[in-house]
Amino acid sequence: MIAPARESALSGFFRQEGARAGVIAVVSTVVFFGGAALAVVNSPNWPRVRDQFFSGEDFVEAWPDVVGGFWLNVQLFFWAMLLIPVVAMLVAVMRSLRGPAFAPIRLLSVVFTDVFRGVPLILLILLLGFGVPALQIAGLPRGATFWGLVALTLSYSAYTAEIYRSGIDAVPESQRSSARSLGLTQMQALRFAILPQAVRNVVPALMNTVVSLQKDVALISVLGVRDATREAQIITSRTFNYTPFLAATVLFLLVSIPLTRYVDWFTARDRRLRSQAQV
Amino acid sequence: MAEHAAAAAPKLELVDVVKRYGDRTVLDGMTLSIDEHEVVCLIGPSGCGKSTLLRCVDLLDPIDAGAIRLDGQAITRPGVDTNAVRRRIGIVFQSFNLFPHMSVLDNVTLGARRAQRRDRVDAEAQARELLDRFGLGDKIDEFPNRISGGQNQRAAIVRALMSDPEILLLDEVTSALDPELVGEVLGVIRELADRGLTMVLATHEMGFARDVAHRVCFLHEGRVLESAPPQELFGSPRHERTQQFLQRVTEAGRL
Repeated sequence: MIAPARESALSGFFRQEGARAGVIAVVSTVVFFGGAALAVVNSPNWPRVRDQFFSGEDFVEAWPDVVGGFWLNVQLFFWAMLLIPVVAMLVAVMRSLRGPAFAPIRLLSVVFTDVFRGVPLILLILLLGFGVPALQIAGLPRGATFWGLVALTLSYSAYTAEIYRSGIDAVPESQRSSARSLGLTQMQALRFAILPQAVRNVVPALMNTVVSLQKDVALISVLGVRDATREAQIITSRTFNYTPFLAATVLFLLVSIPLTRYVDWFTARDRRLRSQAQV
Repeated sequence: MAEHAAAAAPKLELVDVVKRYGDRTVLDGMTLSIDEHEVVCLIGPSGCGKSTLLRCVDLLDPIDAGAIRLDGQAITRPGVDTNAVRRRIGIVFQSFNLFPHMSVLDNVTLGARRAQRRDRVDAEAQARELLDRFGLGDKIDEFPNRISGGQNQRAAIVRALMSDPEILLLDEVTSALDPELVGEVLGVIRELADRGLTMVLATHEMGFARDVAHRVCFLHEGRVLESAPPQELFGSPRHERTQQFLQRVTEAGRL
């Protein structure tokens, strides 16, 4: 055992170390970012760039329209967040079914993930957003926003299904055996024994997908739908000033940075709780 | 006539059962018959097929040839309701396999609530009584990672007993336990044996097998090489393989 006096001397030393480390961190940060800022500001074309991208006047003028467009992004994000977990879970469960009778269902799930994960999201949005309405099938919605949402959902569901599947695969086989041994059907074993554990396994990965989705909703602008990006583009083409893009960027950051911080906090907490549980 | 056949049939019967994993034959024409109220211990070296046999009987792994009969009825035929068969057979695993996200009570009642569609209150009453009887009355709301291995394993036994199984299969249920916790689990099994429950145990606990088993089977390369009452099998094993195995066990201080 370390004597109390000795201990306090030691912790004093560490505090000092801590203070010194803090000073070093602050100084190096200031030097690094200050240097970078100076390099940018002193570049030959800086005054032009400043007027083109950082015009306060244009920012204020564009803000209401860009915010209006951003509301569409938020709505898209909301609906996608409702749809993706459901579709993805369905695809993951389909793929996890055992037995020869379920072969076609497993195949369907494999094809789904392969196709929608394989196509770049922007292409999928273009194909569905312009292609399906052009078919003019009676009864099908024609709205570009709707098909953009469908494309987002399909693509993200394919990724999310794979995340779920990795979580399902990480649950020991013996858990399935013991569930089945109780006389539970395959679906009951999945629902009550396997999936609750599987989802818990992949929560951090799922939350990273949420952050990524929050930004990718901006891709819908390629369909001409007036979201934040599109509104900014429209203003830019009129004024030849790029500041509206900065306004859209700020809006996305306002959502994504808190979200990312939350994910990090949550993941760290989850790791801590798990390591405690194993003691 | 049919009654006669049923009365004569052993509780559990394996006839020429073959089980392969890939190109490895684990059960190679296994034939074994177990009567009602009989307690049979399976012994033998690792890989001799003890665990596989139990998994196949509970229909957790399909067999490749032969037949398994319960009360004279083949349960390995296609078209048999496997979930119904599994409710008649209880199995307890080496590594407990309680569901980590459920309390002890929920673990124990899951099968009753979902597979047997019993009323929750009714299932919980039965579960509380069983948990009480096996000394887990105060652990009902705990989660598996908060209780000892021995308590986990006793809860797993209670879970298997909830459907009033006609046979209980126990797969090396004490192998994953710290030595000081083995006794409490063996005590539970002894009590079940005294009550006349038909049991098949894969075990390394030779002393326990000698005490509790009516019959001990030595398995070698996927077959029953020797089957006899414990005094006889441990006292004067007939086969050289059995002798060698028991010799090694004795040297390791396990007999």
